[in-house]
Amino acid sequence: MRVRCRLFARYAEVAGVEDVELDVPGPATVRDAVALLRGRLPQGHLLPAHPLVARNRAHALAGDLLADGDELAILPPLAGG
Amino acid sequence: MRWVTRAPIDLGSLAAQVAGPERGAITTFLGTVRAGPEDGPVVRIEYSAYESMLEQEFGRIVAETEVRWPGVAVAAVHRLGDVPLGEASIGIAVGAPRRAAALDACRHVIEEAKRRLPVWKREVLADGSAVWRDNAGGREPAAPPGPPA
Repeated sequence: MRVRCRLFARYAEVAGVEDVELDVPGPATVRDAVALLRGRLPQGHLLPAHPLVARNRAHALAGDLLADGDELAILPPLAGG
Repeated sequence: MRWVTRAPIDLGSLAAQVAGPERGAITTFLGTVRAGPEDGPVVRIEYSAYESMLEQEFGRIVAETEVRWPGVAVAAVHRLGDVPLGEASIGIAVGAPRRAAALDACRHVIEEAKRRLPVWKREVLADGSAVWRDNAGGREPAAPPGPPA
C-alpha cells in the first residue's frame, strides 16, 4: 500500500525531506512504516525509533493498522501554546 | 482558518465571540514570547505547524471542552510564523454561565493545547543562533537562520 509520510520542524531539518511516498507491504502498522522510513532515508537513523506519530491528522499509536492512502506524520516533541 | 493566524492576536475579538446574555463570566488567556532566562536573550520565536492537523486537533479540544462544561463557549487561535518578544502566540477566551466553569475550562484548553497541538518553535537568540524548544523541556540546536540551501 502507498503511505504518504510527512516530517516537520527539527525532523525535517535532520532528514532533509518533508514529504516521502512509501510503499509498505500490508498488513502493516504505524510502527512498521516508521521502521521502513528510518531505513529508507539516508539520515533516517537520526530519527527516533518510537516518535510521536499522527495518522490522517489525528494522534496515533504504534500498533494502529495502516490503510492504503494514509497520511502519516512523524512529529517532533510538541511545542505549541 | 478559524484556529490559526499569522497576525497579532486580538484578545478583545476572541472575548466578544464568547460573550452572551446567558454567560456571566469570561476568562481569557494569552501565552506570550518571553526572553527565557536559561538561554539569554530570545529575540523572536518562529512557530511552525502541521496546519491541517492543528485545525482538526484544536477543534477536537474545543468540542470536548464544550461537552465537559455545559453552557461554555470557547474561542481560540494559535499564531504561526515569526512572533516577536512580548507578543502572544496563543489566545483563548472562554465564556460560561459562572466563573468556576470559565476558569476551569480555560485552564483545560491551554493544557490540552500544549499537550496535543502539532506546533513547533524555533527560538532565535540575540547572537543569531537558533534552537528547537519543546514543551517537555527539550532543547536541540537548529540549523542557522536563513533561506534553505
